[in-house]
Amino acid sequence: MSDILLSARNLSVRFGGVLAVNNVSFDVRKGEVFTLIGPNGAGKTTVFNLISRIYTPTTGEIDYRGQKLTDQPPHAIAGLGIARTFQNIELFEHATVLHNLLIGRHTHRRTGFLRDLFFTAATREAELQARLKAEEVIDLLHLQHYRDTLVAGLPYGVRKVVELARALCTEPQLLLLDEPSSGLNVEETDDMAFWIQDIQQELGITVLMVEHDMSLVSKVSDRVLAMNQGEVLAMGTPREVQTDPAVIEAYLGTVDDVSSLRRSA
Amino acid sequence: MRFIFKTDYRQDIRLAKHPGHVFWYGALVLALLAAPWLLAEYWLAQLTFVLIYAIAGLGLMLLAGFTGLFSLGHAAFLGVGAYAQAVLTNAGWPFPIALACAAGISAAMGLVVGLPALRVKGIYLGMATLSFGFIIEEVFARWESVTGGNAGMHIKAPAMFGWTVSSGEGFYFLCLAITVAATLGMLNLLRAPTGRAFVAIRDSEISAQSMGIHLARYKTLSFALSAGLAGIAGALYAHKLQFISPDQFNILQSIDLLLMIVIGGLGSVHGVFLGALFLITMPQAISLVKDHLPAAIGQAPGLQAAVYGLVLIAFVLFEPMGLYGRWLKVRTWLQLFPFYRKGMFKRQKSFQKSDRLK
Repeated sequence: MSDILLSARNLSVRFGGVLAVNNVSFDVRKGEVFTLIGPNGAGKTTVFNLISRIYTPTTGEIDYRGQKLTDQPPHAIAGLGIARTFQNIELFEHATVLHNLLIGRHTHRRTGFLRDLFFTAATREAELQARLKAEEVIDLLHLQHYRDTLVAGLPYGVRKVVELARALCTEPQLLLLDEPSSGLNVEETDDMAFWIQDIQQELGITVLMVEHDMSLVSKVSDRVLAMNQGEVLAMGTPREVQTDPAVIEAYLGTVDDVSSLRRSA
Repeated sequence: MRFIFKTDYRQDIRLAKHPGHVFWYGALVLALLAAPWLLAEYWLAQLTFVLIYAIAGLGLMLLAGFTGLFSLGHAAFLGVGAYAQAVLTNAGWPFPIALACAAGISAAMGLVVGLPALRVKGIYLGMATLSFGFIIEEVFARWESVTGGNAGMHIKAPAMFGWTVSSGEGFYFLCLAITVAATLGMLNLLRAPTGRAFVAIRDSEISAQSMGIHLARYKTLSFALSAGLAGIAGALYAHKLQFISPDQFNILQSIDLLLMIVIGGLGSVHGVFLGALFLITMPQAISLVKDHLPAAIGQAPGLQAAVYGLVLIAFVLFEPMGLYGRWLKVRTWLQLFPFYRKGMFKRQKSFQKSDRLK
């Protein structure tokens, strides 16, 4: 099928005795917002790290636009059009916001070491182009006020946005967002939902995200995959997944659990 | 207080951000050009050493301050450059070609030492480079047919195309030209994608990688560049002293180099020069003061090392950003007078970065 951007087939990864991801398969369609949900330790971030090649799957493979991602080295992933953010924010702390965004343009660099050393006209031109693109992203995410601020001095909510901006600077086709709303207040989460929709609809970028905030999930996601203990529980629209008995059980436990508690109390 | 009104993205790319930069750096260059006529011979020689150490410091700053890789054996690269220059110059090679070869050999060594840096970090990389330093020092001492062993070797004055640089002034200008070129090259790199990749690796390897930065390539590049600059500095050092021996490139020299950039201010090009000034003037200051101290302190053999150690500890405790960080504070205080607040340079540390992926 041509409208499938990324497909994971029978992914498993084992760390020592722990089977972190067990036989997970899913397809991400072009242009959709696809969300992974699940309790802590379900293996959602591990799936992300498999796609961005920080980990290598024990078995299974990931196919991205007809290419096997598992054959690619980790630094080649960005060049293929996959950008990501991190759960705990991995920004370049001692650089300004603008500097961070320009590092996001790395895959689009056209000059080598020697041209950079002499800062030739080609480098100058490429720098201006990179700046233009970074400014587009700054405009989109309202970061004008923070452009020349060091990341180390920014509040948490703004850092989250800067990380999103940096990922957008790579001009990705697939954006991996690892818990975009964690640590954000209600207002900032609303902004984030708004931006994710913008990114999907205006920029046409496919979004794969891990998220716990169910109101954000149901607001922006087209499809949801629920995981527990490394396995797929359910997949479908946000409503379908939320009403799935297996998902409810994983989050809340079964009626038996509750009644057994009652008896002992 | 200066407000810069920006109307063009080119303004952010320029090296001189405002007329004040042009004026002050212009004045500095003029003063440096006039130095041979203003300074006595002894002080000119000291200034030449400042320039030489600044070149080596630029290299180490690139590696430690901008790429985040610490080398405890940088004197070895200095030594490789010095010995290569000595051997080639004594074989009659012209200065520029010998210098290029010395830098090249040193850079190649850096490339080799950089390879373990792809696997080990932090203190383990420190140990690897430290042992490399010991090995090279031993090689200098044992490879007598080339290096003259512990007896050391003499080096002829730099000569190129029929012109021999025999005077202190001539050599000073040579060092000045090379320092300016190295500084400009470094500044260029830092405002271009290559330099940003170094900084990205320093701050977060994991996200540098997911931004598409080839970690292995940039780390080895940083090592090679750093070693190459140290090699150039070593070559000039050899010419300046006219005599080199293995003990000039021992662990103490490596520590001096590291001390220089830490005291100058890690992560700033200004810091290199401030650190080099500190490193050269400190022994002078100590020798001036020590006659006025009680003999038990003033004539104690380890006085200089003790003072260096104390100063380093003081900087790490009270001014981790080094001399340049202190200068930034003083400048802000002057600009904002009387509105400077004490906490203005405090960085908030509200949370820890994830350790999970390291």
